[in-house]
Amino acid sequence: MTSPRDADDVRQMVADAAAAGTPLELVGRGTKRGLGRPVQAAATLDLSGLAGVTLYEPDELVMTALAGTPLAEIERMLAEKSQRLAFEPMDMGPLYGGAEGGASIGGVFAANLAGPGRLRHGAARDHLLGFKAVNGEGEIFKSGGRVVKNVTGYDLSKLICGSYGTLAAMTEVTFKVMPAPEKTRTVLVFGLADARAVEAMSAALGSPHEVVAAAHLPAAIARRSSVAYVASAGAGVTAVRVEGPAPSAEHRCKALRAELAGFGATEELHGMNSAKLWHEIRDVRPFAGDARPLWRLSVAPTEGPQAVARIARSAGAEWFYDWGGGLVWLAVPPAIDATAIRNALGGGHATLIRAEAGLRAVAPVFHPQPTALAALAKRVKESFDPKGILNPGRMD
Amino acid sequence: MALRMPAPDQSVLARRREIVAALREIVPGEGVIDAEEELRAYECDALSVYRQLPMVAVLPSTTEQVSRILRYCHDNKVRVVPRGAGTSLSGGALPLADGVLLGLGKFNKILDIDFANRTVTAQPGVTNLGISTAVASSGFYYAPDPSSQIACTIGGNVAENSGGVHSLKYGLTTNNVLGIEMVLVTGEVIRLGGKHLDSEGYDLLGLMIGSEGLLGVVTEVTVRILKKPSTARALLIGFPSNEAAGDCVAAIIAAGIIPGGMEMMDKPAIHATEDFVHAGYPLDVEALLIVELDGPKVEVDHLIERVAEIARARQSMMLRISESEEERVLFWAGRKSAFPAVGRITPDYMCMDGTIPRKKLPEVLARMRLLSEKHRLRFCNVFHAGDGNLHPLILFDANKSDELERAEKFGADILRLCVEVGGVLTGEHGVGIEKRDLMETMFDDIDLAQQLRIKCAFDPESLLNPGKVFPVLHRCAEMGRMVVSKGQLPFPDLPRF
Repeated sequence: MTSPRDADDVRQMVADAAAAGTPLELVGRGTKRGLGRPVQAAATLDLSGLAGVTLYEPDELVMTALAGTPLAEIERMLAEKSQRLAFEPMDMGPLYGGAEGGASIGGVFAANLAGPGRLRHGAARDHLLGFKAVNGEGEIFKSGGRVVKNVTGYDLSKLICGSYGTLAAMTEVTFKVMPAPEKTRTVLVFGLADARAVEAMSAALGSPHEVVAAAHLPAAIARRSSVAYVASAGAGVTAVRVEGPAPSAEHRCKALRAELAGFGATEELHGMNSAKLWHEIRDVRPFAGDARPLWRLSVAPTEGPQAVARIARSAGAEWFYDWGGGLVWLAVPPAIDATAIRNALGGGHATLIRAEAGLRAVAPVFHPQPTALAALAKRVKESFDPKGILNPGRMD
Repeated sequence: MALRMPAPDQSVLARRREIVAALREIVPGEGVIDAEEELRAYECDALSVYRQLPMVAVLPSTTEQVSRILRYCHDNKVRVVPRGAGTSLSGGALPLADGVLLGLGKFNKILDIDFANRTVTAQPGVTNLGISTAVASSGFYYAPDPSSQIACTIGGNVAENSGGVHSLKYGLTTNNVLGIEMVLVTGEVIRLGGKHLDSEGYDLLGLMIGSEGLLGVVTEVTVRILKKPSTARALLIGFPSNEAAGDCVAAIIAAGIIPGGMEMMDKPAIHATEDFVHAGYPLDVEALLIVELDGPKVEVDHLIERVAEIARARQSMMLRISESEEERVLFWAGRKSAFPAVGRITPDYMCMDGTIPRKKLPEVLARMRLLSEKHRLRFCNVFHAGDGNLHPLILFDANKSDELERAEKFGADILRLCVEVGGVLTGEHGVGIEKRDLMETMFDDIDLAQQLRIKCAFDPESLLNPGKVFPVLHRCAEMGRMVVSKGQLPFPDLPRF
């Protein structure tokens, strides 16, 4: 285990590893090590020592933090100024049997996390304004800046998000922060089957009410919620969230209930109940307590129920939908293999988010790409890490 | 500042007839243009001080033709400059004397409208506004709205990551494009994204957006569409100083309000636009803010009042709230015609595009006034105040001996100033050729080398739009590590008008 204290240490350690041809496993605070193909590395580069917020200007909506800074610390600082990360990064720790609140901000961007607010506010990729990092040759480089509007050079902030430490070791990230909404309301619609629920969510998302999030929990999943209105429904629960200044959140909530009344009985959640429900959905709590292989499908929203129907109905699987139907969390028995799941998609992609290491070592964790695209991705990797020493194999 | 472009390859020029014939094999009929008078239409984009005739222009209409053209050019080492509508303000579509100009204008069809998934798939030559128009009857629109939206194409928007006055709330092109089909320089066709969100592997879609035609040619674009807000209202607020206006902008954001648009104009810009469109702008203020709120009526009315309170507490000299759609449009009329309005008071102007941290605005404006004296040229400012994107317009007369040169130097000084205060060279217009030689003020050699190696991963022979964005580079194959060098080859200066 190698524990750098600053960017220059990281540079030195990566340069040494590059010279020796020693593969490194990059770790922020280690909460998502169960995601991706297991890395075969001689040493671990632990970036948690690079911690601290170095710039926070609330009225410029910008923050800069060292990559190992705990996300929890950042969220606390933001909350003090009534701000937040609008992309609502999920906390994956509990999915892998870990504690809550352990993630680093670098890991959030490296995994391109996003929660239910993805629909309206984008993912981590849409909020990273700039970064500093060390590439696979041990060189410190930077990209982007601290301003929202910037087209100077390639947008490497996008590329580094979701690269899982295979391109470079991020040492510092600068990102957009947003005002927290004054009020949040969630409209619930009861008793919808999956496809009908997606229709309801499409109607809500196609309305002018600026819906921020839309999810559907089939009956078996809804039952596990800690929110009484949801757990006691005895049926599928479709949830649609709006935000804003008090008068508009209330107005939107009312207008949506009217608009969705044709789909089924409705109810509304306020304050704590609303927050609790979206927290459960964000962190995939319904599947946190077990060890079944867990898939994340990203598809066109109307494709969600169809893909599920092809894969899961008769196989003892469980699932729920976020992103208006476009994100499916699917827990399956180990017998269902990767090919069956991917063949069931009519577009989009499937990622094996959780599985025991043995399975992840043999099944492609990330969705395989067509030849030309895979070759291009490999050349891009080599342009950062020609010797292949950073998290080798993790995204294979 | 003499603009240097890669030296034309004489061996390619010598093969011109053969290249034209080969392109005619791929694109029959009038799709290949080699007559000088017809090529004139392509000699520049909206940065028209720089002009160059292409060797030949080709206007394919299918992805397969684009693929065959690129494969031919790749195999025969011929450079290619892709072009949409040619509205770039940074010279991104400036042709090369030895290059094929690849025009995407015939890719003008909308392929799919999917309301349930809230997407539109279009060919790259469809205009930005054309997408919104296609879905308008159902109450939807495409949010990014660059001011050239009547003419600029969605393919060009992807290449430049175009913004617009509403990007503060709704994001840039990169936040609104879900997928593309593109052709690599080898002729290989790949798809990135689709109607789903996020990538299965590296976010190459995010990398492609804003890559200025250097990495591939986009042949199809899928964007997300939004329902139009039910209400929009605007405030027009005058201030006695730029500082007071800047404070008001910061206070609005600090209050947790993200307006649909928030624009600022300085006194010279107010006067130029008022003379032109008579929008009723006050002439006795130093700075004018337009703040637009959109959403449900109840929210808009609520926030309009809050913004008005904030403004009144910050020395606003005048404040009007639009009471009708006509009045809202009138508030915007001056701002939206700022460029032509300035065009009336000066023979030529140059539009800069730096972004700065918002709070640096008073300092930057004060220092720009000093630069104006130093370079003996007037300027005025329009400003996307919400996101810190400045558009200083430098007024000059290209017919006067050294004014163009002074304007270029003034512009470069402004951009250096933007970088110095923590900002960037370009917020939405792109680097192109215009800011290419200033890249080193923002990036060091290692930063640039990392970007150039990505270019090599896509285009190792540097055939796609070379000479743009980056100071001239060596060929990828010639070195293990990329070295950036300027002016080591005998580059001819381009003719300028």
